[in-house]
Amino acid sequence: MGQMSRRQLLFTGAAAGGGFLLGLHLEALPRVLAATAKGTQTDFAPNAFIRIGKDGRVTLIMNQVEMGQGTYTSMPMLIAEELEVGLDQVHLEHAPPNDKLYANPIFGDQETGASTSVRAFYEPLRRAGATVRTMLVAAAAETWSVDTASCRARRGVVTHTPTGRKLSYGALADKAAKLPVPAQVALKAPKDFKLIGTPAKRLDTPAKVNGKAEYGIDVRLPGMKIATVAASPVVGGKLVSVDDAKARAIKGVRQIVRLDDAVAVVADHMWAAKQGLAALDIRWDDGQHGKINTADVVEGLAAAAQTPGVVVRNEGDAPAVLAGATNKLESVYEVPFLAHATMEPMNCTVRLSSDRCEIWTGTQVITRAQGGAARVTGLPLDKVEVHNHYLGGGFGRRLEFDIVTQAVRIAQQVGGPVKVIWTREEDIQHDVYRPYYYDRMAAALNAQSQPVAWMHRIVGPSIIARYLPAAFKNGIDIDGVDGAAQLLYDIPAIRVEYVRHEEPALNTGFWRGVGVTHNNFVIESFVDELAAAAKQDPAVFRRALLRKSPRAMAVLDIATQASGWGKPLPEGRGRGVSVLFSEWGSYLAEVAEVSVSKAGEVRVHRAVCAVDCGTVVNPDTVKAQIESGIVFGISGALWGGVTLKNGRVEQSNFHDVRVMRINETPAIEVHLVRNLEAPGGIGEPGTAVTAAAVSNAVFAATGRRIRKLPLENQLRSA
Amino acid sequence: MVTLKINGKSHTVEASPDMPLLWALRDLLGMNGTKFGCGVALCGACTVHLDGIPRRSCVMPVSAAAGHSITTIEGVGATATGKRVQQAWLDLEVVQCGYCQSGQIMAAAALLAKIPAPTDTDIDHALSGNICRCGTYPRIREAIRRAARKPATAKKEG
Repeated sequence: MGQMSRRQLLFTGAAAGGGFLLGLHLEALPRVLAATAKGTQTDFAPNAFIRIGKDGRVTLIMNQVEMGQGTYTSMPMLIAEELEVGLDQVHLEHAPPNDKLYANPIFGDQETGASTSVRAFYEPLRRAGATVRTMLVAAAAETWSVDTASCRARRGVVTHTPTGRKLSYGALADKAAKLPVPAQVALKAPKDFKLIGTPAKRLDTPAKVNGKAEYGIDVRLPGMKIATVAASPVVGGKLVSVDDAKARAIKGVRQIVRLDDAVAVVADHMWAAKQGLAALDIRWDDGQHGKINTADVVEGLAAAAQTPGVVVRNEGDAPAVLAGATNKLESVYEVPFLAHATMEPMNCTVRLSSDRCEIWTGTQVITRAQGGAARVTGLPLDKVEVHNHYLGGGFGRRLEFDIVTQAVRIAQQVGGPVKVIWTREEDIQHDVYRPYYYDRMAAALNAQSQPVAWMHRIVGPSIIARYLPAAFKNGIDIDGVDGAAQLLYDIPAIRVEYVRHEEPALNTGFWRGVGVTHNNFVIESFVDELAAAAKQDPAVFRRALLRKSPRAMAVLDIATQASGWGKPLPEGRGRGVSVLFSEWGSYLAEVAEVSVSKAGEVRVHRAVCAVDCGTVVNPDTVKAQIESGIVFGISGALWGGVTLKNGRVEQSNFHDVRVMRINETPAIEVHLVRNLEAPGGIGEPGTAVTAAAVSNAVFAATGRRIRKLPLENQLRSA
Repeated sequence: MVTLKINGKSHTVEASPDMPLLWALRDLLGMNGTKFGCGVALCGACTVHLDGIPRRSCVMPVSAAAGHSITTIEGVGATATGKRVQQAWLDLEVVQCGYCQSGQIMAAAALLAKIPAPTDTDIDHALSGNICRCGTYPRIREAIRRAARKPATAKKEG
């Protein structure tokens, strides 16, 4: 059993966060800057992210995908800041699959997830912009035979300051293209930023308010058919037989495709395909998971939780302190499987010929999708084209490419292009779910009611072992323990363990907030339990333990003050607080204010969140992501939970996958700390910090401590 | 054959009478702004107007839509209210992934056409059928308030 120091863990652990950053990024950077992306001969394109046409058109190639988080604005801001163009002057293009040019250094492949885009590309994209600007300025200086230092670039024009002569980037493109790419360029000091740190308007919104934005599901090709699918309702199940007589009789149905684990109805339009699917009589062999219920999953986890895990962090001797303690607490926490339920159902369009595979979809992992299609077809990678799109929600679901390989397998049996669209029911029942986790907590308080020992044993499957095997080291899933390993509370004895327990009956993967979402709920609920045992105010109790973490303490102070913490509330209401720090590098504190009805319905009235994510690129996007994350987090905390019966997911659509609606949404306030610290992740922390704040508020309002999500199930079962 | 009047223009489509309007729009007419979200009127992504009334096109047969004036996200900007709503959406940066926003905007435009100065309760009633997984609800509410305050003829604010 390996044991790692906290420092080692934080470094390695950064594989899910920032760890490969240093290594890969220095190595990858020269390659990125030397390469050229699909530029034409006449364009000036000295690196893979920027192309300048002779007509002056500035095209930025977006390798980090836009799924709502604002990347198609923040990435252009980074480039435009140094390139000296306005955001109104740039055109954006989805990047093609190419790990050599576009890998996210944090993962090593072209991937958008884990709240990494700004962290990973804050410097590389500014450098890309500065390189191009430097070359354009050099071209202008050469044209005028003047010193580059006497030239200034602004809004796509280089001006010779002493004489006022001007040349546009378009006019300079040819000449600049003949110049050597500088090995080193100076980047602006933050005080000189004109764009970074300002609330820039998003570049993707105009097309998203008039229906013109194109998502994967909107692709239309000549002669294209539409298919919809029923895959085995049980993981690992196989198709035995299908009676398709009724389906074939439906007007518009063209073909029934049989895969070993799925049936697809191919039709002229989705309506015929859906009707056809409903008319099929399918027999499945459920395989070995056909009798599994949720209770079996929990039983397995609970049994695994009895065994010690791999030690993730070990300071002092927590077991010994606990053994000798008179005042100790022990709790078990459970969080359920969760579906992503992106608004855009899974879809993928494929046009396949003997020597070429073309794919249109919206994916967070375009090169993985390309590789998957190559494996299915046997074609080399350069014969597999993938055209990315706006994503109608990602939340981790589109880090998987199961839809792509399935669509390619269907296309292998269809003559001509086919768009495969899952129904919502298929989407809910064939998700790659947030794992069910089972955590055992123990802590000891001394005579002064200060915590002196902390034990946290995390039990769950390893997503990293499947997804990023190189980062699965010493038996530790760095995502599964994220947020727990970095516990900021100043406690003399801390022991964090991880027990890997796989659950083969359901595919599990990343869900917005990843491992932190589960750990933060557990940790911040248990800290609240300790505060209650110590008979102290939960915020005051936390504050005393954050003496060595000034940034965490600062956000806690801001959130509590802004929320009116300690001030009287109407009868039946309570406030709860939660503090978050993890590999994302951002510090958050949230105060939720709730009331609970007699029937056990929770109403979140208000959520106040203070955020220190270091350097901010687009403050309005940061706020929007926190608002978004909080709503997503409340949905999960109050109602989220996919259950299994006989190996089948019991939920199917938005009537039993309840998600937050406008009439249930609290007032949300976001307070942003501004500083020049390294940028932290922001797409997910708002989700991760929320469940504990809400649950702690439920405790404050009702005296009921909920240790198993979703909250409302527990409150109703009282 | 069914004739549909969409955004002021007549379109004849070869559809069985029970085909939901959503699929006629998307798969037969290539009007992709109206989105498929759930197929059973639970999420509102497919919202269009039928004679100005918001309807879920995923459960509305084309036979029921024929003879009525259909407005989709592609056409709503041609109405004063729709244009105002779209502008408010841009002014307040409502949109994230954007997939549900066609439906949200259609629901909001229909609300404002009926109730020019809606209360929060009016907004709740009119928009609670429209799910947004990105959780843009606070900004949707604010954008509706803004669009309500701003008469159609007002100049664009700085």
